[in-house]
Amino acid sequence: MAIEVRIPTILRPYTDGAKVVEGNGATLAALIDDLDSRHVGLRDRLVEDGALRRFVNVYLNDEDVRFLGGIDTALSDGDSVTILPAVAGG
Amino acid sequence: MLEISADLLDAVIAHARADHPDEACGVIAGPEGADIPTRFIPMVNAARSPTFYEFDSRDLLALYRDMDDREEEPVVIYHSHTATEAYPSRTDIAYASEPHAHYLLVSTRECGNGDGPVEVRSFRIVDGAVTEEPVVVTSADAPIGDAP
Repeated sequence: MAIEVRIPTILRPYTDGAKVVEGNGATLAALIDDLDSRHVGLRDRLVEDGALRRFVNVYLNDEDVRFLGGIDTALSDGDSVTILPAVAGG
Repeated sequence: MLEISADLLDAVIAHARADHPDEACGVIAGPEGADIPTRFIPMVNAARSPTFYEFDSRDLLALYRDMDDREEEPVVIYHSHTATEAYPSRTDIAYASEPHAHYLLVSTRECGNGDGPVEVRSFRIVDGAVTEEPVVVTSADAPIGDAP
């Protein structure tokens, strides 16, 4: 059983170009650790000082995890996680 | 080089004028891999600020799902500067996250909401490096790719 994770263009160098990868974890933090074990460097692009980076959006199914439990959001088998960098600037 | 039709460019400029003095932002999507902007998608600036823009997080998810379904990608990501030149700011460079996109900037510092002159420039922003590129405006009724 696994969680489907959609990877944005800018992070696909870490996944050999794959748009979708699979991982496991009871929380988003555990899922990111699991992904980083196979796609080394991915965690640093998502996490800073133990929290999600400000300009990286992570969605559990249709909801921004900032409105759930952030990096401690609980996950279940069959969930879909989408990572999208913010489109932002000055 | 960014090739863009006159009607799409006009739509971007109209959005920038309308939202002045706040920054306007949006996307022009196009078929994956074709590098041709075709579908104008103005976005709400969730920051509603004269010095910052950010797509709303729910809008962002909906936008990318829609583009995925249509096999599109963000060919152009545009935003306006309302008090400074049409050149990427430090934050524009820091947060640029679409290495294949043309970052189109419009400055409304002279025209405001009116019909005065605007400055329009296009850039690639990859790994913190900014490269300006020419903007070639094609006629609205002769889309790129049509045989002459």
